Amino acid sequence: MARWTELLGRRASNEQAASADEPESGTDAAILLDAFPEPLLLLEGLVVVATNTAARDLFGAYLDGEDARMALRHPQATALLTGAGSGPAAIGGLGNPDRRWEMTLSRLADGRRLVRLEDRSSAHAAEKMRTDFVANASHELRTPLAALIGFIETLEDANGPDDAAIRSRFLSIMDTEARRMQRLIDDLMSLSRIEADRYVAPRETIDLVALARVAYAEIEAGGKAGNRIQATMAASTAIVHGDRAQLLQLLHNIIGNALKYGRAGGGVFVSVAVRDGSAQLSVRDEGDGIPIEHIPRLTERFYRVDPGRSRSLGGTGLGLAIVKHVVERHRGRLDITSTLGAGTTVNITIPLVPTP
Amino acid sequence: MAMASGHILKSFDQDLAELRALVAQMGGVAEEAIDGAVTALANRDADAAARIVEGDKLLDQMETELERQVVRLIALRSPLADDLREVLAALKIAGVIERIGDYAKNIAKRVPLLEESRSIEPISVLPAMARATSEMVHAALDAFAARDAQAALKVCQSDRVVDDFYNSLFRALLTYMMENPHTITAAAHLLFVAKNLERIGDHATNIAEMVHFAATGEPVAERGRGADHLSPVAA
Repeated sequence: MARWTELLGRRASNEQAASADEPESGTDAAILLDAFPEPLLLLEGLVVVATNTAARDLFGAYLDGEDARMALRHPQATALLTGAGSGPAAIGGLGNPDRRWEMTLSRLADGRRLVRLEDRSSAHAAEKMRTDFVANASHELRTPLAALIGFIETLEDANGPDDAAIRSRFLSIMDTEARRMQRLIDDLMSLSRIEADRYVAPRETIDLVALARVAYAEIEAGGKAGNRIQATMAASTAIVHGDRAQLLQLLHNIIGNALKYGRAGGGVFVSVAVRDGSAQLSVRDEGDGIPIEHIPRLTERFYRVDPGRSRSLGGTGLGLAIVKHVVERHRGRLDITSTLGAGTTVNITIPLVPTP
Repeated sequence: MAMASGHILKSFDQDLAELRALVAQMGGVAEEAIDGAVTALANRDADAAARIVEGDKLLDQMETELERQVVRLIALRSPLADDLREVLAALKIAGVIERIGDYAKNIAKRVPLLEESRSIEPISVLPAMARATSEMVHAALDAFAARDAQAALKVCQSDRVVDDFYNSLFRALLTYMMENPHTITAAAHLLFVAKNLERIGDHATNIAEMVHFAATGEPVAERGRGADHLSPVAA
């Protein structure tokens, strides 16, 4: 009982806390608690008698000797502390408004209680990203769909013989929007499939040099390349473990990006080389370049440096996200470098099949 | 609101600690009410909003209980100087927290009336304003818990951020109303929501000022408010 009043007798201000003597009951416990990385509070009743470093970093040093409710104010937390509630409490806003914690309270053999705070922020952030993605994807689909519906309604009125020009213009816009939705859905399906296979290493053996030539031929045949692509194969073969369809899509995506965002008429330089046991694929364009603050975010889904330009060029916003996931599945590395005014280079490294 | 029981002779310090814990608890309820009201508004969740409105009664009860404890404490212990300052600060801060709860309740009350507000563009800045406001309240309550005068001063300084949000939102909503008269009802409610958030920010500053005074015995210097938007403009 005497210890009780001793603990409460100090009215510790923020300045005093640093120099105050630790109460004897707290010191041994504090040494033990410091072995754990998550914030821990030892309570006698509602009073904090020991804290570990993580707890003091989160709450401040003033908490020793104070009522636990001074820092754990959240109604779910106080309910747990006063016995009005039970089970782990999910609380947020400690340390940072976006952090999420799970608080558990356990009773020790000597009647004291231990508060434990587990950081659940990353699980929460992952869930939020998932929700955001669904919201973004729906928005991306809803926009062309709204345009389609709008034009369909307008076309219902454009039925006269003089409306042929209007009809043909609207129909062409509708075709573009419908195909945009189709490309987006294709990309979403690709992404979903690639993600599902993420932890399964591909088993086929693919020659990247030959595949690059195939991609080049397909793009030329599509009529959009316009003689801009220059392909340099520095090795005759580059054999990797790979998924042919996914690697082909990767090639189409990065070469397609270079054609789209490079300067009109500017060159697109594709090369495959072999170095240090890896195949190195590089695609360079002569475009405006990408400002450095955007580069770390380029592979985020639906991230666009210039939304208007991307949409008018038919981009879905998922191209680089797909590339990133394919590279990861192939245990490779993706590097994007850019110089403003000069152009952008995408470098992909994939380990070769080791020669026996 | 359980209390550490089993002691017949409690010291003044224990009584004061319980008083302050009750204030902190009230703060937690008010913080949750603000976050809940703003989330209900963002999600157009009328049920969640109704729960916030109902939950305000708890804050009123807690304030009444705290007042009772303060009166009892003063009557039984006759605290002086620092002790008396702390007890009075607790009482005043509890009153301010109760008013913050009222503003949160007022925001929640408007949620069912804002069904068609989705299309009102200026609404997109509300979440940022709400976040700035609830961070002020959180920081003020943390300063109270730690008796930290420096932290309290920082809260006072951050009030200008919320005021700036309010002023820009006010202008944006007025312009929007003039250009879209059919949205005036919804936009007016949003104006009140913004005003409520701004008042919550002011109350957080009041708490911070009282924490500073209780800790140092000195009032916070009068805050420069910049241009007074309500003073008549020279023609």
